[in-house]
Amino acid sequence: MDQLSSLASNLLSPIVLAFVLGVVAALVKSDLKLPSALYNSLSIYLLLAIGLKGGVELNRTPLDEVVGPALLTLGLGVVTPVFAYNVLRRLGRFSRANSAAIAAHYGSVSAVTFIVATSFASAMGEQSEGFLPALVALLEVPAIVIALLIAFVRQERAGSWKDALHEVLTGRSVILLIGGLLIGLAVGPSGFESVEPFFQTGFQGALTLFLLEMGIVAASRLKDLREVGLFLIGFGVIVPIIHGLLAVWLGGLVGLSPAGSAILGAMASSASYIAAPAAVRIALPEANPTFYLTASLGITFPFNVTLGIPLYFAAAGWLVG
Amino acid sequence: MHTITLKLVTIVTERILEDRLLRQLDELGVSGYTLTQATGKGSRGVRASEWEGPDTRIETLVSEDVANAIVEHVAENYFEHYAVIVYVQNAEVVRGDKYL
Repeated sequence: MDQLSSLASNLLSPIVLAFVLGVVAALVKSDLKLPSALYNSLSIYLLLAIGLKGGVELNRTPLDEVVGPALLTLGLGVVTPVFAYNVLRRLGRFSRANSAAIAAHYGSVSAVTFIVATSFASAMGEQSEGFLPALVALLEVPAIVIALLIAFVRQERAGSWKDALHEVLTGRSVILLIGGLLIGLAVGPSGFESVEPFFQTGFQGALTLFLLEMGIVAASRLKDLREVGLFLIGFGVIVPIIHGLLAVWLGGLVGLSPAGSAILGAMASSASYIAAPAAVRIALPEANPTFYLTASLGITFPFNVTLGIPLYFAAAGWLVG
Repeated sequence: MHTITLKLVTIVTERILEDRLLRQLDELGVSGYTLTQATGKGSRGVRASEWEGPDTRIETLVSEDVANAIVEHVAENYFEHYAVIVYVQNAEVVRGDKYL
């Protein structure tokens, strides 16, 4: 009963409903669309805000509390793309390039899924570790590198490995997250106070607007569902659940709180759709963007935001609590 | 006014290739270019990232040799996997020596 009510309260949050509104608007072919400048500004605001908050929390967290979860996150960044690659290649019979491309997305992390999971925790009144944004930064890059390595080691490639690496390491999400963490770490809680009203009070509202646009974009991917096939649709739900539950379980083992483990589960299950597509397009141009974008944006993101996150919290209550 | 005939090379392609292409144009001997945002529809419906913004349109005035080198380079490296259009026109250019 408890799980059901938490599911209901997730589905009825303004964030998720705004996402649904975006989907509906796209389906009825409304002209609703966030201008790309606003979309970009919102994503900068959200990423810098979680970076700053994470840095401030890191500032007051003893180092040894962070080491275990950090090593686990790096480990997940290696294991999840390798697992996803093998499922796609062996069971799904995808080409090497397509398997590696999709694996890069599923190994890496969607910062927005992380943010929605964090909001879900606070809506539920559950305390999670403040340093979790640092883990997002750690999870973002390695998986993309590993997945691209798999593709490049197996075969000579047309794409540019060097340009792709540059794109991953200097992408706005990495710069803003790591930059925000460092600033937060440097200024500490007292220094953060002066900018806190802007970055704290507006946060949920900005996230709601952002999810509206995400809904429009996700729905525009739905028309490609037929093209990607049943296997990838199933992959986009089942593999995230496996990644998520693994991370929830291991998160508990390294000492994360139940809410912290659940959020780590949401991170591990999520698929990147900003950093990974850009890097993959450069490094693996022969991979079909319809596959990785539709799976990550059209299937996994909506699944996680609606059903996945409550599932990881339920699992955490069970495995960790 | 005195003009000379040069080649106007136009490349319309994915935003994601912009940096790399500009670097390579430089190596091919291009001394300047104009960038504009472009949107449109072609044989490839899908772009790399929904939010990378619109495509990019690169225009540059060059000698015939450089124009040929650009077309060859783009054809060889990008036609297979990327959304890219490249075409060459004659242009009557004022102060034409600037571009050679």
